[in-house]
Amino acid sequence: MEIRMLFIISISAIFINNFIFSRFLGLCPYIGVSKQLDSAVGMGAAVVFVMTLASTVTWLVYTYLLLPAQTNLFYHLFSLKEPPDLTFLKTIAFILVIASLVQFVEMVIQKVSPALYKSLGIYLPLITTNCAILGVTLLNIDENYRFIEAIVNGFAAGVGFTLALFLMAGIREKLDLADVPKAMQGIPIAFITAGLMAIAFLGFSGLKLGM
Amino acid sequence: MSAIKEFTKGLYSQNPVFKQALGLCPTLAVSNSVQNGIGMGLAATFVLISSNVLVSLIRKAVPAKIRIPIYIVIIASFVTVVDLSMAGFFPGLHKALGIFVPLIVVNCIILGRAEAFAGKNSVGLSFLDGLGMGLGFTMALLILGTIRELLGNGSFFGIPVAGASFEPMLIMILPPGAFLTIGFVMAFFKWLENRKASHA
Repeated sequence: MEIRMLFIISISAIFINNFIFSRFLGLCPYIGVSKQLDSAVGMGAAVVFVMTLASTVTWLVYTYLLLPAQTNLFYHLFSLKEPPDLTFLKTIAFILVIASLVQFVEMVIQKVSPALYKSLGIYLPLITTNCAILGVTLLNIDENYRFIEAIVNGFAAGVGFTLALFLMAGIREKLDLADVPKAMQGIPIAFITAGLMAIAFLGFSGLKLGM
Repeated sequence: MSAIKEFTKGLYSQNPVFKQALGLCPTLAVSNSVQNGIGMGLAATFVLISSNVLVSLIRKAVPAKIRIPIYIVIIASFVTVVDLSMAGFFPGLHKALGIFVPLIVVNCIILGRAEAFAGKNSVGLSFLDGLGMGLGFTMALLILGTIRELLGNGSFFGIPVAGASFEPMLIMILPPGAFLTIGFVMAFFKWLENRKASHA
């Protein structure tokens, strides 16, 4: 049952609720970094990595530090009378976790693998203000996912984002050679293309996955 | 004179959505109706003005190296204020905007203005800059919302205006419609600019 559930979560995150085409998350890098296949792959890999990590850490932070339950760490640490309700700090806590996580990952990669840092490095700082990362962590909480489910959702959402970015970069490389009207060049035609791709992805919403 | 300029530049010449292509995610996601668009626009305007003023007030006390984390915390605090107030006073709107209310934090317009403008200018100018950019953002949402709601639902602000014989184009209020609409609207603005440049 568990595996089945995880499979359903992945398929919906990659295709049905694709972050770009149906949830509109992460559009700035989507338009900004989709001009070449190489950089699209680099950005996609960085996003998958950070999303998985961010889903893991924010889930733990939310469950053990913010949620008013018996498991709240502050409740035990300071022997409070009842578990404190800190859920209103969710937004601030998550963005701080993500920002420091990105910084930390950047330092680790720089130390461990300079080659990887060279190819991923420039995309990492961009990721902090990528709404897809904060979006996936907030969705994990809204959907009441359990620990493993949250991690899988984070990973699959990243894969879906990469898929969209990769397809788009392939098309835009060809678009450079096409004769596009002057007013449409650049961002407008990228949006129209994205719109046509979104229509194709809309087809996936007909998939019925028994929950 | 320059104060007026700081205010009006956000409306057209440096419109955050159409000219700078910032804050695209909320723009596309909540512009499926005029009402959602205006709600989102005003919420973001409030955060933008408040964070601009506060960032400008403390600009001399903030060490340059850690300014970005400080800006983010300031923005996140104001977003939490908006989130909780909206949930209390307008629960319907809060539910319709959903995850995009907390996501105002990562709206690049807000951090962008804090970094590019409020961190270097006086409180008064920062206030005007925030107001102008916020209204420019709201206006963009209003334009997209109007087009999408009229074509996709045959209504404006929830009031049916198109008459019974009008067949709504459902695609316009679905995700693909958002991409197509913003693509054509941006192309229109670019066309205007090109025309002006060639006449001048």
